[in-house]
Amino acid sequence: MTSVTASIPGLVEAPSADGMPTVYIRREELEAGCLALRDAGFAVLIDAIPVDCYPREPRFEISYLLLNPGTTGTAARLRVKVQIPGTDARCPTLSGVWRAANWAEREAYDLFGIYFDGHPDLRRILMPDDWEGFPLRKDYPVQIKEPVKTYEPLQLSEEEFVANIEADRDRARHD
Amino acid sequence: MADIEIPVLTTTVDKMVAWARRSSIWPVTFGLACCAIEMMAMSAARYDIARFGAEVFRGSPRQSDLMIIAGRLSRKMAPVLRRIYDQMPEPKYVISMGACASIGGVFDNYAIVQGVEQVVPIDVFVPGCPPRPESLIYGIVQLQRKIDKSKAFV
Repeated sequence: MTSVTASIPGLVEAPSADGMPTVYIRREELEAGCLALRDAGFAVLIDAIPVDCYPREPRFEISYLLLNPGTTGTAARLRVKVQIPGTDARCPTLSGVWRAANWAEREAYDLFGIYFDGHPDLRRILMPDDWEGFPLRKDYPVQIKEPVKTYEPLQLSEEEFVANIEADRDRARHD
Repeated sequence: MADIEIPVLTTTVDKMVAWARRSSIWPVTFGLACCAIEMMAMSAARYDIARFGAEVFRGSPRQSDLMIIAGRLSRKMAPVLRRIYDQMPEPKYVISMGACASIGGVFDNYAIVQGVEQVVPIDVFVPGCPPRPESLIYGIVQLQRKIDKSKAFV
């Protein structure tokens, strides 16, 4: 462990096949630990990668890839892993720590069904809004025999549509 | 002056209307995936679909006669495709280009529509992965033959 990661409580060194420093952190300590890591210089969240290890328990594992830009020649990377049981697929959100976590967590929710407590806008991001199930879970079927939805209602009501056009006209008049 | 011959060509309304329709098929600009690259190649200088009168790709479905479904259609995109199709004025034609649009291709999974005839009626299927521009041109020529035999008023 480097001096930075050693100074933060809750981080446990994990084996790493590719030489990139990797630590485990418990789910309860995730938010505080990541806040401390950010303040220690890991300012960039590159990505958050969920993995479904079904049928192993704990079933889910999220890898957060962090970057400390540093000054020239001192950049450092760190992989932070958190394990999440399948029976209680919840995780505290990191969108208050790194804003980049917002959409990454929405993707994890959309495809793996991991709920992020405290997330400001936990909606599906890739699949249609009314989709059932979480496609990248290992127990999700590859092919589904469902009729294709060919029609979806307008996302604007007629009144909103007219109001938008009126607003555009007003703006054009003033310009 | 009375003995000057006036050149006259007789035909039927059906034939004339069909000729007008088939001679300028305007496709809507609607590429979904890699097949769209071949579609663009078809409309560019080397293959030059202008020879067959179908080079005017329109940005609006309101001005289009033909939709070339070029690529795999995801379930999320299906309502969008249907809406664009509905916005095209009659008569309208659809070409399903490539394996993905026709039967799902290699994407045998939950996210991809396994054949776009579930969404819109198809006039011509063009096989290939992706079809070469010549194949697509052949598909358009087949469509023109189909239009030639159509009635002007149904």
